[in-house]
Amino acid sequence: MRKTSLFGGAAVAAVAIALAGATSADIGDDEELIVNGEIEMIIETAAPEHLQDRLSTIYSGWVFRSDETQAMQADDFDNPGMIFVDQGLEAFETVMGTEGQSCASCHENAESLSEVRSTYPKWDEERGLVQTVEMQIIECQTERMGAEPYGYDSQDMRNMTALISSVGRGIPVNVAIDGPAQETWEQGREIYYTRFGQLELSCANCHEDNYGNLIRADHLSQGQINGFPTYRLRNAGLVSIHNRFRGCIRDTRGETFSVGSPEFVALELYVASRGNGLTVEGPSVRN
Amino acid sequence: MADNVTPRVRVPRDASAGDSVSVRTLISHPMESGQRRDGDGNLIPRSIINRFTCDFNGQNVIDVTLEPAISTNPYFQFDATVPESGTFQFTWYDDDGSVYEETAEITVT
Repeated sequence: MRKTSLFGGAAVAAVAIALAGATSADIGDDEELIVNGEIEMIIETAAPEHLQDRLSTIYSGWVFRSDETQAMQADDFDNPGMIFVDQGLEAFETVMGTEGQSCASCHENAESLSEVRSTYPKWDEERGLVQTVEMQIIECQTERMGAEPYGYDSQDMRNMTALISSVGRGIPVNVAIDGPAQETWEQGREIYYTRFGQLELSCANCHEDNYGNLIRADHLSQGQINGFPTYRLRNAGLVSIHNRFRGCIRDTRGETFSVGSPEFVALELYVASRGNGLTVEGPSVRN
Repeated sequence: MADNVTPRVRVPRDASAGDSVSVRTLISHPMESGQRRDGDGNLIPRSIINRFTCDFNGQNVIDVTLEPAISTNPYFQFDATVPESGTFQFTWYDDDGSVYEETAEITVT
């Protein structure tokens, strides 16, 4: 009798584990993300070469979210991030600064910048450093437009990066990690694998070793940044890449680098390169 | 005065007479509840969209009272039966007296 009940208990446990497995993110499902019925997204692909000894497949953060959240991103009308794209477009065409220029004076239209999101952060020959999209916008504002630059993580800046990302959707990320950018890339990799904070966690501990597993009530993603800036439902607003980095390091109970710091620029380049091959999704929708 | 308030609507371009069509609307608005306090402990005054209406060719389709608990950027989706070609007229009423309007045409064949 006792034997039977023990066996019964084990069976129940096995079922529970199987159920937990089934709900732990939809990795490997035949899901596809086609935005507005026309932009086909690559949400799963082979890892880039530099990463292959660590991961075989890379997944967009979209894969790890609930069906409802996923559906919001498939249609621009349902994607609240597009509100900010509209606001970015308005700013794009507005004259700012002493030179009487708007973004459109040089760049004609936002679509002409469709290759930007997929290739940044990028080595800037003139300035001799790796530049993010935000740094490039600030450079345009201060050096060409004679304007007061946007704050690195301001609402105006996020609107503009959302616009630039939105016109690049569907283009695979392809940031350069060799040549002059290599040194910065290596610095970023160093940061990625360094344990921070009282909890002594590196980026890799969660996003490489444990993606798909639960962290409290949420599934860990691979920490890909192809969907940024991201509309987070909990913030009811856009979240920038550096803001997310800061949030992660804060959660390790560590002193974080600041938004726009050289350390975060290096980390952004490295993390972006881990997503080489996934498509640009920003503004994506996440919980 | 809420900034950057932009209404957006989506209605099918055409339909058959008597069809039920899906109407979707979204307006960007902070929907400040009036319950929150700023850094100095002062109440942030309430500023919400308090009413939303939709008319079709002058006939009311939906009339909604919104309350402070509704979150930012209110989104409405509803079905409407269209007997004939015409115009949907959408109106949002702001606490500050502003009225935002948007229209959408539909052709019924």
